[in-house]
Amino acid sequence: MTAFWKTIAVARKELRQIRRDRRTLLILLFVPAFFLLVYGYALNFDIRHVRLALQDNDHSAASRELVSAFVNSGYFDLVADAPSPTAIDRLIDRGDVRAVLVIPARFGSDVVAGRSTAVQFLVNGDNANTAATVVGYATGLISTVSTRYEVLARLTSPAGPVLSVEPRVWYNPELRSTLFLVPGLIAYIAMLTAVVSTALSIVREKEAGTMEQVRMSPIGAVPYVLGKTAPYFVVSLVSSMSIVVAAILLFDMPMRGSWVVLVGVVSLFLVGALAFGLLISSIADSQQVAFQVALLTSFLPTLMLSGFIFPISSMPAFLQVVTYVVPARYFLVALRGVVLKGVGPAVFWQDLVALAVFAVVILALASVRVRRQWA
Amino acid sequence: MNAIEVQHLTRRFGAFTAVNDVSFQVKAGEIFGFLGSNGAGKSTTIRMLCGLLRPTSGTAVVGGIDVMADPEGVKRRIGYMSQRFSLYETLTVDQNIAFFGGIYGLSRDGLAARRAFVLEMAGLRGRERVLTRALSGGWRQRLALGCAILHEPSIVFLDEPTGGVDPLSRRQFWRLIEDLAGSGVAVLVTTHYLDEAEHCHRIAIIQAGRLAAHGTVDELKATFASRPILEVRATDAVQAMRALDATAGVEKTSIFGTSVHAVLSSHETSAASIAGRLEAQGIRVISCGVVPPSLEDVFLDVAERSAA
Repeated sequence: MTAFWKTIAVARKELRQIRRDRRTLLILLFVPAFFLLVYGYALNFDIRHVRLALQDNDHSAASRELVSAFVNSGYFDLVADAPSPTAIDRLIDRGDVRAVLVIPARFGSDVVAGRSTAVQFLVNGDNANTAATVVGYATGLISTVSTRYEVLARLTSPAGPVLSVEPRVWYNPELRSTLFLVPGLIAYIAMLTAVVSTALSIVREKEAGTMEQVRMSPIGAVPYVLGKTAPYFVVSLVSSMSIVVAAILLFDMPMRGSWVVLVGVVSLFLVGALAFGLLISSIADSQQVAFQVALLTSFLPTLMLSGFIFPISSMPAFLQVVTYVVPARYFLVALRGVVLKGVGPAVFWQDLVALAVFAVVILALASVRVRRQWA
Repeated sequence: MNAIEVQHLTRRFGAFTAVNDVSFQVKAGEIFGFLGSNGAGKSTTIRMLCGLLRPTSGTAVVGGIDVMADPEGVKRRIGYMSQRFSLYETLTVDQNIAFFGGIYGLSRDGLAARRAFVLEMAGLRGRERVLTRALSGGWRQRLALGCAILHEPSIVFLDEPTGGVDPLSRRQFWRLIEDLAGSGVAVLVTTHYLDEAEHCHRIAIIQAGRLAAHGTVDELKATFASRPILEVRATDAVQAMRALDATAGVEKTSIFGTSVHAVLSSHETSAASIAGRLEAQGIRVISCGVVPPSLEDVFLDVAERSAA
């Protein structure tokens, strides 16, 4: 019973310190929303409004039709005219345009006659991902137009049926990629608040000497650690859930599953993350070291190796093995399951078990280390 | 029964022996001074007595409890305060008191009574809601002491409690310590300040992990009585010291402010003859006479003897 009241005393003190430290509190509560906005809009794998230059050596109805197919797709903006090869070089070198469409002379007569012809499409490849996407768009558009001419040529009837083929782009449209990212963001931000704030708050007490003072009092390691981490659990849970709410409001993210299950999944992940912060604090003696260790062992893996941004299936085999110890990997599966698919624990129970195993193992390691240091 | 009973206490860190076969006792109501240079083993000893560090060998019984057997029980009976005044700077005076009351398991009524006592003692009445970091060093120091004795311990450890505090606050603080001892609390205090050590009932000088000397201030000074100390004031203290070093019958010298202390090897050498010899070398002597040894003389002597 006394241990309980001692835990409460520590937790109350910690909450008061968090409240006093406005800057940290602000960071904990509002940076997540800020991140959501930045990442939600910036981490967008779709490309729109690609600046396009045109060299039309044909000036026929067919060439104009091809150009309008590009412009009307919404993916390209015609911003410049490139009358000569040197003009093309200059436009791309200066970054005025990302892509150039070169239509050869006699393009119109060739397509109308059904003869095979080619247009040239130049893309600035300095950003390989963007270039690949742009090439994809262009290929789609050109093949659409080409199909129509083939059909026309075959029918040899100007009033024949016009086939409309929508371009199939390999990447998700804008909305979907944001939805895909939000669960990853929650994992990322939960890691930030839970791991870092726990580790820093304990290491700060080491640095200030208050830890030594507290150790001189008759309070065990367990009430102390519980009292210190409980407030951060609450703060992390609040900020994680606020991201979900913000994503629903700002990005029309659906919430197809149960809120209870969602809170349960997030809590399970947070317990592991807090334990990890605790483990770091038992190793690091300065806030700087704690932060760097947290960055290397929790941030980067969560960002890189969880499937947040890069699909695990396309990683090298060695890295794929590494992802098995990244808890965010399992968290993301469960989270996407609840939020986007509306499925329950029956579907992702294996991931929950993995999260629980992570939490228990880390908690055990941390308590062994903390106990050894305590007395 | 002694409040603190230490027998052959030893602590090794690998090949390094931080505390080497230390034995002493502290009675209830006694102020026991622990002197020694940095790294001499003072803090390591205190950490063992507080149950934070296990001794390699030897025994320490604090408040009737063996530190090895029940460190938690020891912690309930002791108060600890360090030079860092380890308070939470971003909390108010009241919140610090509430926190330490909480982790010592004080009841609501108990805390209210002790809070009033601590505020009174530290002179912080009316400043309950001030942030601790806004307090001056002296106030912070008294608040730290107050937080360390909220649970009315019978033994208090003060680890260099007066570092970085102005002289007036130091005086006030020592008055508090004397009050504490007067109420029957055993106080073990470490300090660098030898003038402060004069407040202590008994003193132990620890040197390289060993107890080099130990007794009352008068006892320690008496070990010097066999060798008189001459205080020489001259217009040029450094020149006087050099001359004294070369004089027969002078064992050693040290500068004390503007004067020179010379330890004589026996009472046979008179002050007048030393002064005459200095004057003969053209040094103007302002005064020259035998003085009682200060604690600093004792400390330097002990340090040199244990270094030899």
